[in-house]
Amino acid sequence: MAELTYRDAVARGIAQEMRRDENVVLIGEDVAGAGGVFKTTVGLLDEFGPKRVIDTPIAEQAILGAAMGAAMTGLRPVAEIMFSDFFAVCWDIVVNEIAKTRYMTNGQVTVPLVIKTGNGGGLRFGAQHSQSIENWAMAVPGLKVVTPSTPEDVVGLMAASIRCDDPVLFFEHKGLYATKAEVPDGDVVDSLGVAKVRRAGSDATILALGMMVPRALAAAEQLAARGIDAEVIDVRSLVPLDTTTILGSVSRTGRLFTVEENPRLLGWGAEIASLAVDECFWDLDGPVQRITTPHVPLPSADSLEDLVMPSADSVAATVEKALQP
Amino acid sequence: MRLPLSDHRYGEHGVVLPPEAQDRHDDADIDLDLRLAMYRKLQEMRLFEKRAYDLFMRQLVKGTSHLSLGMEAISAGFGAAMRKDDYTFATYRGHAHTLARGVPMTPVLAELLGRSNGLMAGKGGSMHLTSVEHGMMGSYAIIGAHMTIANGAAWSAQYRGSGQVAVCFFGDGTTNIGAFHEALNYAAVYQLPIVFVCENNLYMEYTSIADITAVTHPAADRAPAYGLEPIVIDGNDVDEVYLTARSAIERARGGGGPSLVEALTYRHGGHSRADPGKYRPDAEVEAWKAYDPITIYRGRLLRIGVEESTLDRLDEEVLGAVELATEEAIAGDLPAPESAFTDVWADGGSSWRS
Repeated sequence: MAELTYRDAVARGIAQEMRRDENVVLIGEDVAGAGGVFKTTVGLLDEFGPKRVIDTPIAEQAILGAAMGAAMTGLRPVAEIMFSDFFAVCWDIVVNEIAKTRYMTNGQVTVPLVIKTGNGGGLRFGAQHSQSIENWAMAVPGLKVVTPSTPEDVVGLMAASIRCDDPVLFFEHKGLYATKAEVPDGDVVDSLGVAKVRRAGSDATILALGMMVPRALAAAEQLAARGIDAEVIDVRSLVPLDTTTILGSVSRTGRLFTVEENPRLLGWGAEIASLAVDECFWDLDGPVQRITTPHVPLPSADSLEDLVMPSADSVAATVEKALQP
Repeated sequence: MRLPLSDHRYGEHGVVLPPEAQDRHDDADIDLDLRLAMYRKLQEMRLFEKRAYDLFMRQLVKGTSHLSLGMEAISAGFGAAMRKDDYTFATYRGHAHTLARGVPMTPVLAELLGRSNGLMAGKGGSMHLTSVEHGMMGSYAIIGAHMTIANGAAWSAQYRGSGQVAVCFFGDGTTNIGAFHEALNYAAVYQLPIVFVCENNLYMEYTSIADITAVTHPAADRAPAYGLEPIVIDGNDVDEVYLTARSAIERARGGGGPSLVEALTYRHGGHSRADPGKYRPDAEVEAWKAYDPITIYRGRLLRIGVEESTLDRLDEEVLGAVELATEEAIAGDLPAPESAFTDVWADGGSSWRS
């Protein structure tokens, strides 16, 4: 066991798979010489050399097109899109090409590709460098969508994503890069599509993703002090979605709260709320509640950004109010 | 290699090669059997697409389709110069590029008809033809992106040391989209084994390319900006295309990096099925139809001593093959309803939840 930061865990997960499979390559802006703008790929150039770790032009279409073409023909590329906001620049390739190709070719072509990216707010970067876009990706058939919240999950889910034969969008949360936790020694390999219960509880189910997981856990501690025993589930993977764990928990606790960074309209919590109503309506003791950012772009000033993003306090307050008799 | 049409100006009527230029490749270093194979391929593309059009008119082919009647020499010439395991990337106007790789006509036609015996069992359609076993890595319906994807296949070939080359076809309209420029820079920076082929048919959908492009040769004039040689060729002369393809592919295979070829040609019909192409001056259409790649090539083969009866027999054989492919394609079953739910994922299924 060694303590590792979330950002170092990214490089460790990639390195683990590059050692195992020489077809794994890494490309992106500043990923080689600079070790990544978020320092998530430090050391990879030194260990694997410039043939396998490649700095690209600032050209997101060229990056993802190259990654896709390589994935179609025998490699297993990991491509970095620096900030998830920049997906908008290459969304054609993500949605129309990468996501649909296996289906349109009737299974002739698989695209085993990981696109890693810095997602989410909380760092005062303003609206063009702070979005959470995992719900955009979730809406497209053909993409897998993964968001780890701990260093151990980063390593294990990165390994699982690289080994996956489908295209995976791997959302690292920028606000978590500096966090630290123990990670087991040796190869760590996780599974896609498995949610994790981070805190067991019996009174309410709180679902969270990425940086909202530690906030939901802090909220649960506040609630415990007020006599409410909340279960916190880290969704980890939106596609595939672990409905067994999620709906099982909702059926036991009778209450469901989702905590999202997305602007309110059509966030992933809406889909899960709909599922809960479809599949365990009679187990629910009250309406499903979504805690989200309001429908605004993220502001830059710290006081404003903190105001609009869900916090431990706002999560705890919402749950407590809803559970009042 | 460029040049015969260097004084060509877009939008002017009837500006095609003068008849006396048509013999310039008569004594080119090309094996006669290969020439006959290219002639047969030109006819196959021509008769196949005429049949596809007929099937539209009978409302058996649905949706849309983009024919390359008149543009066949580019596909045929490159197809003849490619190694079996090289990669083709094409656009939505990709029937001829698919046939050029040796994909049989029946599954292609069946795909247009939405049948289970189609190339992608009815899940792709006219604009998405793919046959990996023939190196046909896909036709892409939104212009530009596939140039960056072709780079990836070339990168993979370079990485694996396989000696494969990617050939990426695109239209003149694509030269004005960002991905064109991103792809060219990327290919040049990493010296990828790729040949980009602009099929300049003078019209971007319904608009003359000359009217909406700042340079005369939309691809070749931009090549030097990426450190590439400007190459403009007569895209209606299959021998000229073949010779250009041979040298560009050889260069790529030998580690010499990418090339960008602009092949001048003309589509006999409109942009798509719905378009009669009336925006084009009659004289221009007539002049280019007279400068038909099959007519030119037939003339050359006769001049160099091929018997007319030999060519007639080839024509008949191809027509027979198209008839047979039509029968086989139409006889195919409709896709099984459950196939709509397969192959979203690599496990073969479409389930997004546990």
